[in-house]
Amino acid sequence: MSEPIQVPVMAELIARGEKPDILFWVGCAGSFDQRAQRITKAFARILHHTGTKFAVLGMEETCTGDPARRAGNEFLFQMQALTNIQTLNMYEVTKIVTTCPHCFNTLKNEYPELGGNYEVIHHTQLLQQLINEGRIKLKEGGTFKGKRITYHDSCYLGRANQIYEAPRKVLELLDAELVEMKRCRTKGLCCGAGGAQMFKEDEPGRIHVNMERTEDVLQSNANVVAAACPFCNTMLTDGVKYHDKQDEIHVLDIAELIAQAADLEG
Amino acid sequence: MAIMIQQLLFLAVLGITSFFVARKAREIYRNIRLGKPDDRTHEPGKRLQNMLLLAFGQKKMFQNLTPALLHLCVYVAFIITQIELIEILVDGAFGLHRFFYPYLGGLYTFIISFIEILSVLAFVATIAFLSRRNLLKLPRFTMKELAGWPMLDANLILIGEIILIIGIFSMNTADMTLHNGAYGFAVSRWLMPLFAGFSDATLHLIERFGWWLHILTVFGFLVYLPYSKHLHIMLAFPNSYFADLTSPSGKMTNMPRITQEINLMLNPQAAADAPPAAENERFGAKDVQDLSWKSLLDAYSCTECGRCTAACPANQTGKKLSPRKIMMDTRDRLEEVGRNLDAHGNDYTDGKSLLHDYISSEELRACTTCNACVQECPVSINPLNIILELRRFLILEEANSPDEWNKMFNNVEHSGAVWQLPADKRLTWIQEVENG
Repeated sequence: MSEPIQVPVMAELIARGEKPDILFWVGCAGSFDQRAQRITKAFARILHHTGTKFAVLGMEETCTGDPARRAGNEFLFQMQALTNIQTLNMYEVTKIVTTCPHCFNTLKNEYPELGGNYEVIHHTQLLQQLINEGRIKLKEGGTFKGKRITYHDSCYLGRANQIYEAPRKVLELLDAELVEMKRCRTKGLCCGAGGAQMFKEDEPGRIHVNMERTEDVLQSNANVVAAACPFCNTMLTDGVKYHDKQDEIHVLDIAELIAQAADLEG
Repeated sequence: MAIMIQQLLFLAVLGITSFFVARKAREIYRNIRLGKPDDRTHEPGKRLQNMLLLAFGQKKMFQNLTPALLHLCVYVAFIITQIELIEILVDGAFGLHRFFYPYLGGLYTFIISFIEILSVLAFVATIAFLSRRNLLKLPRFTMKELAGWPMLDANLILIGEIILIIGIFSMNTADMTLHNGAYGFAVSRWLMPLFAGFSDATLHLIERFGWWLHILTVFGFLVYLPYSKHLHIMLAFPNSYFADLTSPSGKMTNMPRITQEINLMLNPQAAADAPPAAENERFGAKDVQDLSWKSLLDAYSCTECGRCTAACPANQTGKKLSPRKIMMDTRDRLEEVGRNLDAHGNDYTDGKSLLHDYISSEELRACTTCNACVQECPVSINPLNIILELRRFLILEEANSPDEWNKMFNNVEHSGAVWQLPADKRLTWIQEVENG
């Protein structure tokens, strides 16, 4: 068990007359999905130990509306967006970090037109920044020394927002061997979850998208697949299981990798 | 006399060609304007830069070197040959022969030699293109949506290219032989032995044959172009100029009318003051007229290369969706709508639509919105916009949604989360992490 930490909730913080520097937008996956909760916890621990003054919305956070919008339900999307913007503006939020590229894209690119203007960054960008500032120190010996790590580009970070370098820069710190899959960066293959696919069965076809993507993972001979999206994480974890490789290949979020490798004591 | 007949013939063919080209160009312009307004004029400097890099400089083509180099040969040969075309037009209209030669001298020899060398390269590239399509059968050239006309269209253009080059070389070589190589053209001088021993009359005939073959192929090409996928040689330029400035982008277009509806719902008093919504305005797109004019320009700019479809995760895993087919369907339907307009006037409806009659909901629902198709397109076409607008119509106007999506919508609406879980469960992980 890890050392207990404090996670400030916005309403309580404001009631105490305090204000966070940054809001941690957790997202539905990060809040409810058991696998993604581990990513959320790892990132919260990093925020805590780097002395970042953050808060979460807790019960006041609701779905950004991304899957509704991409499915075609603009009405529901805007209902969600307007509600969330009201909450965020009420707390005078100026800066948001999130572990979910879908929330990231929606908050950053789609809320401004509806009256929500914030500086929005993805957690891999914040991690890169914390590392550059020397606020994250890694344990002696290198937790991932000798491992082969490959990074899976999330569509909503990569092609949708041109974020290709930050996650890779963070991984470079791990003293592991970084390998690229044959399809990466602008050519990275989707995990199959985006566009609200996560919430329905695939249309009829030859194979599931996540299984196709996992074949790229197997070809790379990596021991660790670094993901930066909770949905990619689920999809790739399922894909690895489908190929019966769950004992050899671990799918981990970049926040989890850093939390494991970093010296988070004190 | 023979010269005058040729001159008249030339002017007649030029006139007929101009008439057909102008008529079809007007029709295409009219069709594109059937789309919804979409202001894409801001930041002209950046747009110009995009056009120069993507259309003129073919930046995205160079992600794949072999086809990029082959395509470059044909493209540069095409551009440079326009110089020669100017002379052909002058010669044809005024009954002259190599009008520029006396004025330019050595420079003339250099320019024509340059065109000849590029023509050889274009010839090699064209043969390679024909082989890739018909012998090597590259996957993206043999998909279902290319069966029939699209495949024939592609081959016709390539064969036309070869005829054009044959025209140029028979003309130049015969002319060179007639003048004992005095012009000094770089490639045709090596072809002169082919015509050795021919009489002057025969050589003159071959020269005229080559000249006419060349110019008639060019005119035929111009008339054919607007019906062909090959229209991209023109429309790639405006299409990359008017493209999204950040492309690809994860941002979807906003629907201000929905915001207005929500505001009216939350604040009914405002209902009286609000301007009435335009009648028959649809949410999302059912037919081509519901799409932005840029999506319609996209459709006319598509050369059906299939880079989008080859990169599409849905298509690669055997789903029905093909972004290229989305573009081809949009163009086919738009042409059909245009024909209906011409034949029956504005009020006619044929009872068909892009959605369902051309593109099925199964295709649309296979899209993961990953933007790979947008990323790949060398001429800045955005198939994803069309997919998302059609999806909007399915949900907002037809309530046509898979059960699982309905459940997800319900969860979001009632518990604020994509899964059916109460808001207080958002605190579970916090309690766990705080307890260590």
